[in-house]
Amino acid sequence: MEERKLSRIVWGARALLSFWTAIPCGGAELLFGGLKKHHVTLPIQSDTWDIRHLLVWIKQNLLQERPELFIQGDSVRPGILVLINDADWELMGELTYKLQNEDSITFISTLHGG
Amino acid sequence: MEWLSLEQKCMKCKECSAVLIIRVGDAFCKACFKEYFVHKFRAMLGKKRLIYPGEKVLLALSGGPASSSMLQQVQEGLSWEAGKKLRFVPGLVHIDEGAVRGQNLKDREKMVAEVELVLKRSGFPYQIIFLEEVFNLPSSVVRWDSKNIPSVADDYKAAVDGFLCRHTQLKNAESGIRTCSTGAGVQAKLAELSIKEPEPTASTRTLRLPSAQSTQALNQLFDSVTSLTAKEELLHTLRSHLLIHTARAQGYSKVMLGDSCTRLAVKFLTNISLGRGAFLAMDTGFSDGRYGDVVLVRPMREYSLKEISAYNEMFGVPTFFSPALNSKPSEKGSIHQLTETFINKLQSDFPSTVSTVFRTSEKLNVAGSVESPDSDSAARCLFCLCPLDTQIEKASAFHATLVSEHLSQKRSPDLPEAAANQCCASSEEERRCCRKPAEGCSSTTSRADERLTLLDLLCYGCRVTTKDLTMLDHLPHYVRSEADCRTRRAAMKKEIQEFLLHNNTDLEDVLKA
Repeated sequence: MEERKLSRIVWGARALLSFWTAIPCGGAELLFGGLKKHHVTLPIQSDTWDIRHLLVWIKQNLLQERPELFIQGDSVRPGILVLINDADWELMGELTYKLQNEDSITFISTLHGG
Repeated sequence: MEWLSLEQKCMKCKECSAVLIIRVGDAFCKACFKEYFVHKFRAMLGKKRLIYPGEKVLLALSGGPASSSMLQQVQEGLSWEAGKKLRFVPGLVHIDEGAVRGQNLKDREKMVAEVELVLKRSGFPYQIIFLEEVFNLPSSVVRWDSKNIPSVADDYKAAVDGFLCRHTQLKNAESGIRTCSTGAGVQAKLAELSIKEPEPTASTRTLRLPSAQSTQALNQLFDSVTSLTAKEELLHTLRSHLLIHTARAQGYSKVMLGDSCTRLAVKFLTNISLGRGAFLAMDTGFSDGRYGDVVLVRPMREYSLKEISAYNEMFGVPTFFSPALNSKPSEKGSIHQLTETFINKLQSDFPSTVSTVFRTSEKLNVAGSVESPDSDSAARCLFCLCPLDTQIEKASAFHATLVSEHLSQKRSPDLPEAAANQCCASSEEERRCCRKPAEGCSSTTSRADERLTLLDLLCYGCRVTTKDLTMLDHLPHYVRSEADCRTRRAAMKKEIQEFLLHNNTDLEDVLKA
């Protein structure tokens, strides 16, 4: 019983993250360990996963250097477009969007040199 | 599902669920977005009436999102049904800038192979050029070519009708010869012919990487530039020269650039900061006729980068990633980056920023004197080919800048001897190591002279950025020889000035002969 409850809380535990956000300086590959696509399994947490949490998690777990090129404040750097399941995140409530299982989150940089 | 509650309907068809917010409040579904995107491209070309049917148009592909999207639109446009079909003849060019972007030879090879695959797949004639080839450019590149301006039919509609007429005649003739072949077959044949024609030169030349020597020369040139801002500008200048040369050499009369409105808004503010305010209309407008015979066109200027990136992602348009110019980027690295960050930050808080800046730029027109046919190349900037904005009256801000610069640099302009002494004194340190004080001294003065004559040939904006170029020796040969040529011509003009009845174009002809 306890376990089922937990697994419901961590809805969206698995997500596909695509980083087209090539960051200047070697690009996404450098920033995200040479990979453009990451299948990630998010750890269980008491709160539901939303994009705000995800960004923090990415910063702590995937970003290898210069996080300010990807994250500024608690959101993504201005100029980086976020698509959730191929749709604009502005339609999904941006940072407050609650992650579902098997969601695909795409980050596209519109900045020069990336 | 929970997020469905957040979902909006498309503002156009009001049926499907929206996937993208284009402007504030305008949400589109995938199908309507595609239609909107495609329509905008066609409308842009249709409205401006600049590209004539049958004209050869060179598409400049950097491989970034905007230019890749442009290629896709052109490809699609050529497959539309008869009434809407694009009727120009496209060709592709990609300039590989790997050398200055800090890529090693292996990465560049890989990158070029990737780009070539996409270019090949498009079915258009293509060419891949290395930035190193700027060292082989002729000096005619930086001349304003008014002689070869194609005689343009006054009436666009008449031109289109004429083209259609010829086209159907051709088709009829073809089908008369081979009655069995269908119209579609003939068209395919025609298309095939037009593709195959320029191939031999293109495909054999592409994959040969430039010599290490020229790469080194290019790197030396860029290393001698002290600021990133000036590097970006230099790269832009060299790239434009290469594009123009390619277009001229292969008979293209238009070059399509993939500047998006986001990029143009950034360029607009950047160029103001760079002192290029006089040329904003040319630098950011839809068409740019500064080279005379080859006109630059920016068909993507109505699209924001958000639209373009989303389109590419949703419809699988291949794009490449090319690293930025600098290896250690920071927001304040160059004026370009700073402006971009500024615009993007403002845009995220005020979503109409880009369009406001962009629409402002649209209201600017090219001043009458700029496009007048009689302004010869001597009165144009050696780098950007804009009409010189430096020949103005004494009571101007520019003149004041010059005076103050003069006063601050040459501490004793009235005493040349003192200056010379100073020069020798400063080279005393050099004397210890190289033991050629006299030579060192004279060479520095001649360098300074060369610098001054070069600066004289530039517009204000280019002067400012060229100040960051420490060694003129590394500049490509065509720039220096053209500079020499222009200086000599100006001197000669001055010499024979008093024997001339009036300053007319005959002089130009005499001097050229």
